[in-house]
Amino acid sequence: MSEERVAGIVGGLIVPGLPHPLLCPDASDNYRALADGFAAARAQLEALDPDLLIVYSTMWPSIIGHQVVSRPAPEWVHVDELFHHLGSMPYRFRIDEPFAHELVGCAKQRGLSARAIDYHGFPIDTGSVVALKLLNGDNRWPASILSSNVYADRAETVVFGKSVADAVARTGKRAALIVVSTLSNRLFTDWVEPADDRVHSLKDEEWNRKMLEFLGQGRLEDTAQLSREVHRQIRVPKVVNFKPMWFLSAAMGAHNDYDGTVHAYGALHGTGAAVVGLVPSEEGIGLKEFDEDDVEVFRGDRDVLA
Amino acid sequence: MGQIVYGALAPHPPHLIYADNPPQNEPRAECGWETLRWGYERMRKALADIDYDTIVVLSPHWQTYVGTHFLGVPHFQGLSVDPIFPNLFRYHYDLRVDVPLAEALCAHASEAGLVTRMMRNPDFRVDYGTIISCHLTEPGWRKPIVSISSQRSAAYYSLEVMQEHMVALGKATRAAIEASDRRVVLLASESLSHRHFVAEPDVPEDMSAEHITNHHQYLWDMKLIEMLRSGRCQEVIDLMPEFTEQAVSEADSGALTWLLAALDVPTYGAELFGYGTVIGTGNAVMGFDPAKGGAA
Repeated sequence: MSEERVAGIVGGLIVPGLPHPLLCPDASDNYRALADGFAAARAQLEALDPDLLIVYSTMWPSIIGHQVVSRPAPEWVHVDELFHHLGSMPYRFRIDEPFAHELVGCAKQRGLSARAIDYHGFPIDTGSVVALKLLNGDNRWPASILSSNVYADRAETVVFGKSVADAVARTGKRAALIVVSTLSNRLFTDWVEPADDRVHSLKDEEWNRKMLEFLGQGRLEDTAQLSREVHRQIRVPKVVNFKPMWFLSAAMGAHNDYDGTVHAYGALHGTGAAVVGLVPSEEGIGLKEFDEDDVEVFRGDRDVLA
Repeated sequence: MGQIVYGALAPHPPHLIYADNPPQNEPRAECGWETLRWGYERMRKALADIDYDTIVVLSPHWQTYVGTHFLGVPHFQGLSVDPIFPNLFRYHYDLRVDVPLAEALCAHASEAGLVTRMMRNPDFRVDYGTIISCHLTEPGWRKPIVSISSQRSAAYYSLEVMQEHMVALGKATRAAIEASDRRVVLLASESLSHRHFVAEPDVPEDMSAEHITNHHQYLWDMKLIEMLRSGRCQEVIDLMPEFTEQAVSEADSGALTWLLAALDVPTYGAELFGYGTVIGTGNAVMGFDPAKGGAA
């Protein structure tokens, strides 16, 4: 490894997972802008020169701990369960199998339940498929795909993020993290024409803008500390909490020293969709106010039911 | 004139298929969850005496946040791998869809004011809830099915909105069936209490590790079962929001409410074929026979 190619997590992306930017990018200016945002994020990845892409998808729920795809070349024709009319998504991905096993080991060492998934036909979720096809359609980089445990709250999610950092350090790779998540997640519950698509409400819009203001300033941990409030304000409560920023800050470093770039922002069937890049920087905002614990090892839910 | 000839609460834990070892499923088990599997066996015996054309199932694992969707392709063949328990369920399915009935249901639901869509993409993978409940009800797959998605109004609005939605969908289902020439079996594919354990034994079918997640869930399950057994179904519907919240129930899918509404809210009791837990969740196999209930 050259001196310039220092190992570690070299950057992070936040991307939406609904299929419109992949399947109908020219159906509206809004979808086109998001697709162009993915293209800009791809260019950012090329500049970061990673060895590995790690995808944490909020659209892949798990119950038995944390699951990691380990099948070297999963192949399928995927169809979204809601937007099936937009078309099919054939894929063949290049997965970093050794990294998957390393990550499972690191997660277990931190007290988590985790397992590698190596089955033909395993249903890789729409968000992971969309992200990898738009960011890594040529399989230039091997990838790792991680689930989001439905019962995990902040402590477990933070520990899982740290497990990812452990695995990256142990393998000596340069990794880029990709978090698949909407900002506000309220869909319209009726069909909308692409030209009429917009963020569901002004309240959702304002909170999305606030998060993007922070992220654009590289204030990742400040955004993570807002997660519970974000969940209360603009998240349809399908899971226990809004977790992706906790995961990202735990894995990349719980601080605000990042260069943030908002590549695109728009609406996908009412949800707030943004493509954001975060790169470690020595000229970031710096310190933050810690409101919550910085958990190192998961010791179970202590019989607190979520 | 068409008719609903049977309605069942038909839960879909993949563990039941795994433990049954049908040729379609890749993994093999030694045993497990017999009280539920034998419960399904008893229900199949009850159904053996009933003449029917089509199974209509509502599954929580086809989750649609925009409207209610209906399978609209005549034939599906493929591999279903459970995203949560891929070690247990990798099932090769080959099934037929009663598309005319699906279209009729869709049309009646639309007329009732519901947002709907037919699913016409031939690459679509049928959800595992549909597959498991239908397999356990009719392992020979001799009957075509209609699969209805679970519109997630409980999450997007409230449990009360879900109830109104599912009552309307149930009534539309009944009207569509009666306007057809089909004799139909309805399946509500869902567990009762639905709090899982988050770890799995090394041997998944090790029954020494199987029990309800907590006493609270068990009490709720028994309360619901007793009400269904005694035909207090309107009371079940009325209690559903509280039950769903308290027992973390999969009834948030709306499947049970839909079933009861489609059956015109039975005042006769359901037969309990079996109750058991699966990785901590509570599951009951129960059947309503309108002929025996005097409502045919």
